[in-house]
Amino acid sequence: MARTMFDKIWDAHIVDEGEGKPTTLYVDLHLVHEVTSPQAFEGLRLAGRQVRRPELTVATVDHNVPTTDRSLPIADDISRRQIEALDTNARDFGIQYFDMFSASQGIVHVIGPEQGYTQPGKVIVCGDSHTSTHGAFGAFALGIGTSEVEHVLATQCLVQEKPKNMEIRVNGDLPFGVAAKDLILAIIGQIGVGGGVGHVIEYTGEAIQQLSMAGRMTVCNMSIEAGARAGMIAPDETTFEYMRGRPQVPQGDLFDEAIENWRLLASDPGAHFDTVIEIDASKLEPFVSWGTNPGMVTSITGKVPDPEKIQDASEKAAAQRALNYMQLEPNTPISEIMLDKVFIGSCTNSRIEDLRAAAEVVRGKTVDGRVSAMVVPGSFAIKIKAEQEGLDTIFMEAGFEWREAGCSMCLGMNPDILQPGERSASTSNRNFEGRQGPGGRTHLVSPEMAAAAAISGHFVDIREWE
Amino acid sequence: MEPFIRMTGVVAVLDRENVDTDQIIPAVYLKRIERTGFGQFLFSQPGWRFLPDGRLDPDFELNKPGYEGGTILVAGKNFGSGSSREHAPWALLDYGFKVIIAPSFADIFHNNCFQNGMLPVVLPEDVVREIMDKAVTQAGCQVTVDLEALEVSDSQGFRVPFKTNEFRRNCLLKGLDDIGLTLQLEGKIKAFEENI
Repeated sequence: MARTMFDKIWDAHIVDEGEGKPTTLYVDLHLVHEVTSPQAFEGLRLAGRQVRRPELTVATVDHNVPTTDRSLPIADDISRRQIEALDTNARDFGIQYFDMFSASQGIVHVIGPEQGYTQPGKVIVCGDSHTSTHGAFGAFALGIGTSEVEHVLATQCLVQEKPKNMEIRVNGDLPFGVAAKDLILAIIGQIGVGGGVGHVIEYTGEAIQQLSMAGRMTVCNMSIEAGARAGMIAPDETTFEYMRGRPQVPQGDLFDEAIENWRLLASDPGAHFDTVIEIDASKLEPFVSWGTNPGMVTSITGKVPDPEKIQDASEKAAAQRALNYMQLEPNTPISEIMLDKVFIGSCTNSRIEDLRAAAEVVRGKTVDGRVSAMVVPGSFAIKIKAEQEGLDTIFMEAGFEWREAGCSMCLGMNPDILQPGERSASTSNRNFEGRQGPGGRTHLVSPEMAAAAAISGHFVDIREWE
Repeated sequence: MEPFIRMTGVVAVLDRENVDTDQIIPAVYLKRIERTGFGQFLFSQPGWRFLPDGRLDPDFELNKPGYEGGTILVAGKNFGSGSSREHAPWALLDYGFKVIIAPSFADIFHNNCFQNGMLPVVLPEDVVREIMDKAVTQAGCQVTVDLEALEVSDSQGFRVPFKTNEFRRNCLLKGLDDIGLTLQLEGKIKAFEENI
């Protein structure tokens, strides 16, 4: 029977299944960070359990770490305690660990692919919803809760009901100035923040095939913002070229053999998808979120919506609440929204390609006097590469701050936050109330759009940038 | 894990859709390394449960008279969207909720509830609306959620069935721990590992 890529990966990992119970799946790679793991390790200790496959478990610190000088002590005691807890747990349980000073440290969803741990066909889990990022390589990668983290540590298995298959086919080419971020914001705007619940999305079509791995990771990363269990893209030459030679991938002939197997993962012709959605890439524009969830988006040429014109009562109430929180008037042109901060970073958009695209926009220009702007590379390795290419100089000469790697202002667990009432253009993934700091107001955009907004002090159409 | 069989409790209403886990518990409070003590931070984003001076905001839904001691939360669709943080169910449980009723839930949150002995109940949108209306008009309104009989009811004749995953139901009824169950599959796990 014709199977989807997701079906094939699922089937290949079944340890146990049966009537009236969920499937027990084997996990190939378990990524761990400091926020969602301490209680799981504590659970193991209390039950006298070990980590079953420490060599399949990779940990790093990303959420809490300072992006400023790391030779200084961490000011926040509780953050420091959480980081120290992972230091201890990684040592006690013998798992691979990239600490705050490691040359391989970075956001867990950036370093997995970068180091080559992320590979096609794998089942990958992490106590983090943006684990969906790794699906860009044709892996089944999903976020889990802390109890499940403990379960995977103890058993290397995950107990799950099988989600349904959804295909999002993106036909045509993305126009000039329209980035992968715009594409995924458009998709979430169309299907809604609950549109993917209970499904694994496979993204297909010309526009997806033409994306770089960085772009594919951006798309898969935000699958969770549409409520999906995971996002996936079939591995192809772009995938293999990205992977070749990375530390954890097979080397030499073994790599070529692996490629032959990875090619077989693609969905069979005629495989059944429970839902199919088609998008015309050529009609898309740069997007900006106006509200308090990632489905509340419009194009840069659009206006803040008028809740009075929304028919559905609960949608209307949600839009009113969102505009009240965002302090935006209905019908305001998006390009007139003034900004206080610009954040370029996060597991959605902090890769070298993202930084290059943003640097190209700011080269030779100066950040608007009312704006404070920062760039936070996704990993230490990206930071070094960017510095070799001179991107740090471009950013700093324009007035951006250039920081150490981590999650930073995406969720403000470290000191990088919005102050109450401040408004940001952010390349991150969530514009929830207070996400970037209590009372902060977030607009989600692509790196190019964020860079242009930093220079202009308000949103501008990147397609008209000179 | 404590078994969950049935409970009767006061209904509290949060009539909002897509309540995300950043709202349920803001990231700044995720730094604790324990599972306990998160209830004090539940819905603590500015403009939700607390006033800027730290007092309870009387305008926030859950602070309204009649919801004191509420153990059953009724909310709009796609409850628990966003982050995988299990701190969200920990905070709801610590605050006192044992059951969440909504037309739909985000997947990871839904799983996380079961892992902590908290029951997410999916009911059709019109039925959720009916319970909300009742709880809003009758302060202190109580319902019974019976996992054994798969039924939500009250003393005034309201009675609706609900469905839930049979395996999860059984685990909750017996208070079974997933890890213990999976460890019983040791033979199969080993066999799988040998075949990779």
